[in-house]
Amino acid sequence: MADITERLDEKADTPAADAKRRLPRSAITTLSVALVLLIWEGFGPYINPVFGSYPSAIAMAFWEISRTGKLWAALYESLQPFVVGYFLAIAIGVPLGLIVGRFRTLDAALGIYITAGYAMPLVALVPLLILWLGLGFKVKVAVIFLMSLFPICINTWVGVTAVPKSLIEVGKSFVASNTVILLRIVLPATLPYIMAGIRLAVGRAVVAMVVAEFFTTISGLGAIIINSANNFDTATMFVPIVLLMLMAIGLNSLILLFERRVAPWQAEISGRDKE
Amino acid sequence: MGEINIVDLSKNFTLTVDGKTQTVQALNRLSFTVRESEVVALIGPSGCGKTTALRIAMGLESASGGKVTVDGREVKGCGHDRGMVFQHAELLPWLTAMQNVMFGLEMKGMRGQPLHETAMQYLDLVGLKDSYHRRPYQLSGGMQQRVGIARALAIDPTVLLMDEPFGALDAQTREDLQEELLKIHARTHKTILFVTHDLDESVLLADRVVVMQHGRLQEIIPVPLPRPRNDLAALRGSQEFAETRYKIWRALHAAGSTVH
Ligand SMILES: Nc1ncnc2c1ncn2[C@@H]1O[C@H](COP(=O)(O)OP(=O)(O)OP(=O)(O)O)[C@@H](O)[C@H]1O
Ligand SMILES: [Mg+2]
Repeated sequence: MADITERLDEKADTPAADAKRRLPRSAITTLSVALVLLIWEGFGPYINPVFGSYPSAIAMAFWEISRTGKLWAALYESLQPFVVGYFLAIAIGVPLGLIVGRFRTLDAALGIYITAGYAMPLVALVPLLILWLGLGFKVKVAVIFLMSLFPICINTWVGVTAVPKSLIEVGKSFVASNTVILLRIVLPATLPYIMAGIRLAVGRAVVAMVVAEFFTTISGLGAIIINSANNFDTATMFVPIVLLMLMAIGLNSLILLFERRVAPWQAEISGRDKE
Repeated sequence: MGEINIVDLSKNFTLTVDGKTQTVQALNRLSFTVRESEVVALIGPSGCGKTTALRIAMGLESASGGKVTVDGREVKGCGHDRGMVFQHAELLPWLTAMQNVMFGLEMKGMRGQPLHETAMQYLDLVGLKDSYHRRPYQLSGGMQQRVGIARALAIDPTVLLMDEPFGALDAQTREDLQEELLKIHARTHKTILFVTHDLDESVLLADRVVVMQHGRLQEIIPVPLPRPRNDLAALRGSQEFAETRYKIWRALHAAGSTVH
């Protein structure tokens, strides 16, 4: 018995054994990125450096502003409102989505604002937010918060409505209270949706961060982008842009990793084998 | 303790097919009683309303007409006095086998050492002690079903409602668990109402067999086998077993039935 148990566990830990013969995912991704960089590098230099740039020029510019510490100081400045706004969005969006998804009255009362809020042209509202919150840290947090709140909230909401009725009935049949059903059945069952929302929000939060830096006090990575654009230094302008995209990719995989940790059953149920 | 009265029970489902609403009558004035400590089997063709009757008795579904009472009290919702084994196990996928069993116990207020011990004891009872740490997707269908049985038994309800509890099991495990259920019944005198498609099983386990047809009661057939039923093999060969089995078979094939 112990023998069987062990072998089963081993199988559960390593992704599908038959995938071994195929090219690993990371190799394909690396190949794809290398190809794109190569093509870009090949054609880039023939374009007027004001209108475009290319990898080696961007790398040089990166070296330049990172050596002086300018890039890292800007990143640090940008990350502060990002972290606060983004985590605030998670802390409020998830519970909000859970209760709106679970309780009919709240759905009817609040659902409409959440749907509308998702489509809110936030950029247009930035001036108003500035009037309320000033030009500093607070308004940046607010912009990032508002941009990431809705995808998180809506995804959680959708997830709750997708929880199989039969699982909730398990709770009911053991006389679980509404709170217990919400926290111990609905929440774990919704986790994959919540994580998807949190991942979607990364992109929106990054965009919001730069938008906030453009429209409020010009600062952080946004300032590097604007200033180098004004100086027609396109290569330097690309440095923060590439950095932010890399950051989003990194954050995304970090969240995926976290998801595997908190919801290991999900990958097994939905099957991670792709064609 | 544990008398179930099903009185004139009707249930209509309204469903929409291609934009048209239609009504399905799942139960049509069904009445029968399960006496205290009695084991009753519910048998009938697929779709005749067995699960629906069980769900109403559990309090998961409301009746359209009539009522179910347990010990004289009308069923209005779920209670710790009743335990349900679902037709498709319905384990919580993020919990291990042990945690699934513990879930019901925790809802009853059990904590700490007794919680773990009780859960383990019932897993052992269904032969899954060694798989306690596995999640449902790491268990076979039959193993999942056994965890579901352990989960319902663990809370020690006076009434056990079981929807095809042994349907997904291999012959050997099924026989083991049938025997186990008889032992549990002999020890605890629970009232048990279970659904089955297996004629043999209904005769071996039940005191009476309720045959349903199209949401109605077709016939109630008493099983004259004495308790305790220790030697199931001998019972299977007995005259009474064969006769009762034949009676049930005939009732299932009575006029109106289209199932062979
Ligand atoms: N939620 C529902 N909505 C609509 N119709 C339903 C619903 N649940 C059950 N029914 C219908 O009620 C009837 C009885 O269903 P039920 O599940 O009780 O049958 P059953 O006797 O348990 O069948 P089986 O042996 O296949 O499990 C069926 O015709 C089914 O289509
Ligand atoms: Mg059924």
